[in-house]
Amino acid sequence: MDMILIPAVNMAPILPEILLSVLAMILLLINVFVPGGKKSNLAYISFLGIIAAGVLVAIGWGAHIESFSGSVVLDNFATFFKMTFLVAAGLAVLISDSYMEREGCNHGELYPLILFSVVGMMLMASGTDLMTIFLGLEVMSVALYVLAGFNRGNKKSNEAGLKYFLLGAFSTGFMLYGMALIYGATGTTRLFKIAEVVGQMTLPTTNIMLVAGMLLMMTGFAFKIAAAPFHMWTPDVYEGAPTPMTAFMSAGPKAAGFAALLRIFLVALPTLQVEWSQVLWVLAVLTMTVGNITALRQDNIKRILAYSSIAHAGYALVGFTAGNGTGIAGILFYMLSYAFMNIGAFAIIILVTKKGETNGNVSDFAGLGFKHPLLALAMTLFLFSLAGVPPAAGFIGKFYLFSGAIQEGYIWLAVIGVLNSAASVYYYLRIMVYMYFKESTEEFEWVKVTAPIALAIVIAAVGTLIPGIVPSVILEYAQMAVKLI
Amino acid sequence: MSNVLSLTTFLPILGVLLLLFIPKDSKGVLRNVTLAVTIVTFLVSLLILTGFQTNAEFQFVENVPWIAAGPFIMRYNIGIDGISLWLVILTTFIMPIAVLSTYTAVEEKVKEYMVCLLLLETGMLGAFISLDLFLFYIFWEVMLIPMYFMIGIWGGKNKIYAAVKFFIYTMVGSLLMLVALIFLYFKGMQAGITDFGLLQFFDLKLDMATQIWLFMAFAFAFAIKVPMFPLHTWLPDAHTEAPTAGSVILAAVLLKMGTYGYVRFAIPLFPEAAHKFAPFIATLAVIGIIYAALVAMVQEDVKKLVAYSSVAHLGFVMLGIFAFNTEGITGGMLQMINHGISTGALFLIVGFIYERRHTRLITDFGGLSKQMPVFATIFMIVTFSSVGLPGTNGFVGEFLILLGAFESQLRWWTIVATSGVILSAVYMLWVFQRVMFGELDNPKNQKLLDLNAREITIMVPLVVLIFFLGFYPKPFIDKMDPAIKKLVAQVRVASVNAMAIPCVDPTQMPAGVPASAMPPGHPAVNMPAGHPVVESPAAPVANPHAAK
Repeated sequence: MDMILIPAVNMAPILPEILLSVLAMILLLINVFVPGGKKSNLAYISFLGIIAAGVLVAIGWGAHIESFSGSVVLDNFATFFKMTFLVAAGLAVLISDSYMEREGCNHGELYPLILFSVVGMMLMASGTDLMTIFLGLEVMSVALYVLAGFNRGNKKSNEAGLKYFLLGAFSTGFMLYGMALIYGATGTTRLFKIAEVVGQMTLPTTNIMLVAGMLLMMTGFAFKIAAAPFHMWTPDVYEGAPTPMTAFMSAGPKAAGFAALLRIFLVALPTLQVEWSQVLWVLAVLTMTVGNITALRQDNIKRILAYSSIAHAGYALVGFTAGNGTGIAGILFYMLSYAFMNIGAFAIIILVTKKGETNGNVSDFAGLGFKHPLLALAMTLFLFSLAGVPPAAGFIGKFYLFSGAIQEGYIWLAVIGVLNSAASVYYYLRIMVYMYFKESTEEFEWVKVTAPIALAIVIAAVGTLIPGIVPSVILEYAQMAVKLI
Repeated sequence: MSNVLSLTTFLPILGVLLLLFIPKDSKGVLRNVTLAVTIVTFLVSLLILTGFQTNAEFQFVENVPWIAAGPFIMRYNIGIDGISLWLVILTTFIMPIAVLSTYTAVEEKVKEYMVCLLLLETGMLGAFISLDLFLFYIFWEVMLIPMYFMIGIWGGKNKIYAAVKFFIYTMVGSLLMLVALIFLYFKGMQAGITDFGLLQFFDLKLDMATQIWLFMAFAFAFAIKVPMFPLHTWLPDAHTEAPTAGSVILAAVLLKMGTYGYVRFAIPLFPEAAHKFAPFIATLAVIGIIYAALVAMVQEDVKKLVAYSSVAHLGFVMLGIFAFNTEGITGGMLQMINHGISTGALFLIVGFIYERRHTRLITDFGGLSKQMPVFATIFMIVTFSSVGLPGTNGFVGEFLILLGAFESQLRWWTIVATSGVILSAVYMLWVFQRVMFGELDNPKNQKLLDLNAREITIMVPLVVLIFFLGFYPKPFIDKMDPAIKKLVAQVRVASVNAMAIPCVDPTQMPAGVPASAMPPGHPAVNMPAGHPVVESPAAPVANPHAAK
């Protein structure tokens, strides 16, 4: 190797990351030096920071800037995903305050941690080097481990944190090992260089190191996006974590996992697409089926949504298996829509559950429909969207995911996908059955819709409904984002 | 008034917005406003009727871009022809009646109920007027939601089971149809089709294997909705549990979605496959006719009996449609309207006595005709219509269906199906006898009041139509005739093709089809069933199967 070069660093691609990191640190300081202050102020500040970051991200739309000698890139693909993360984080911040207050764990560190994890996700989306992606992943994950166990007084939350940490660390090991093997096989960690080297190999599939590296990396990411059979941690972690964090984890990190997975496989390993799409086919089918079938038997609503989030990763994998523009754009669209609809649903769960996360069974939603018609209406919208019923964003997302598969000739995959979708309808309907068809046993007098939560629900509802009716507003961007990759 | 079709479709949505501003306690206002909205919608829809030119073309077409993203272009593409015209009118006509029937039946959550009714109307109308496959799918699915809530919230004892079953059954079918729809789109793209517009897909030449797969997917979705034996089991549950207005709409309009789906989509899109499947579908239809009639006969619950009679009637409709000749399809279309009127009326009648006695068991009644003469008269007329007595609408439809089917390859099926006419007379007249005649021995029945003015108002238009269609169906048939002739011609060409396609050299199959996009087995060459046995080219409708 020749001498180490100090490259000319262009900071522009990571401006939003810098902004959020600085803000997070300032918030940490505020938290220390302004003790006893209202924690909701931190929430507002971080929300504004997220909006500011969103503006910065939006300005970067259309640009294509590589920096840090090609290990970070600002392109539309990254920008789209960054927006998704910011949406997830913004909504999560809005729904956190009153929940944390109620659960007695309103510690100021929550918001900086959320921001740090977003920074990690953003790096994952814009990283074009295995190392950058890995660092982003770690920044995100470490923050999330803490967030999952944030409710220290609650055993389940502790369990969630620990479980997430252990299994997360385990999966990181796989991933790192895979990356190391890829480096060994190709001699580089830059994605496009890997592609070059692999492209020049005569028979890349016989290169055991390369194939093993690819599979190990896929395993690691499968953990992160909660794809079966690597999904075992999900239900417990999602159930135990504080609900706003569950909402955040189901949307943000999953999207980040897909961002990195897509970029690595599409940029670095397109030569092996035939091979990895076969693996993905199996993963997709398993993930959808396991997620949906297990969700059918759950009673706790957080667990239902946890299993359903596994299934949703499966739908997204269908689009990935297709690997074409339609399917990949479908993933982008779906991840954004999923952030809206899932966090929206969780916001309502936060309102309906009581202190200590009690009252979280489906049956506890009985009669909500007529006691709080607007909340129930919003929940209905989110649930129909999750079930993939038009006219909601979830339907359009699935439509594009499955279309991608059909376009590539994966008819049976699409058929399995839609049958899964039909099965999932049952457990979403079940929640509605309780909300509307059962007599209420409660007056729901504890349900207090605070302004931030109301705002979150409204944003989520708009984000679920509008792209369902006029999908072009988002789909066009998703497709532009995919073109550049 | 070029966009009168859109206006009709979305007026109910405007009505929903209006309802939102009315406090939920003023039930009377809510009901009257909904009634007014549905009546206005009906009147506006009459503009469609008067402006309709009797030809085979689609009219009142509106076609504007909607979604354009990626490989797909969806358009807001709507229009009607003689086939959908009457179904649109039927929908707008039934709605005020359904609303009026809820005035005393629904006391709880009136506002929500009215919102559901109006949303349902938009969904149904939208499905009938869509000429864009994607748009159709959206309306087709959207329709489920209000109906689901109507059954689930205002339904009977077993409402949750019925509502969920209704939703999931339909959903499974329609999702498979969605896959087929997307596949069809990609097929069309290879042939230069650029959007989901239905009409251009009619000219798409698909090979037999593809057609068969796609037809199966579409047919499955529609068969669930019709519902055809053995996919009918959701219907008795849904009907029994649904509130009266829900049952009326379900019977009068929603079930027509299935049969309409065949006429508008499954058959003209995949005519060769439709030909291949005709004997199979006719078999299921005939089984449905006989089986449902037998099951109806032994029902103890009047509403369930009417529900099963629906299955039988729709079996006739399917038989007529798959005769693929003008008489059969005309009969089928006419019977769709007839069934909407007479079964809708039957559910209203069941609703009337249920409201009075809160029971629907046949054994709880008897001798009602002495106590309720007006009711008895109307019930009798509707019964006759349902049975298909000459002079009522039911006769015209059934006669045309049997005539058409008898002339087609489905002769033997027709002979069996005819016994269904007798069976329907048995169960309908028997239930009429048990409920209306005999001793008025139950003291509760002795205090029953006859129909009031509102109830008579509800029934009068239906009774008038029963006779009008029975004696003078010509205006109805005339309007739909060109469209049906066009459809028959389309299918007839295809029936020749269906026999010709296997002769085509595989190398002449549409080029540029990637192997991955084809289902296994490649083109139709391998299809065993389609080998040319053209014994008489003069009877092109004849299918190879008929020779057996």
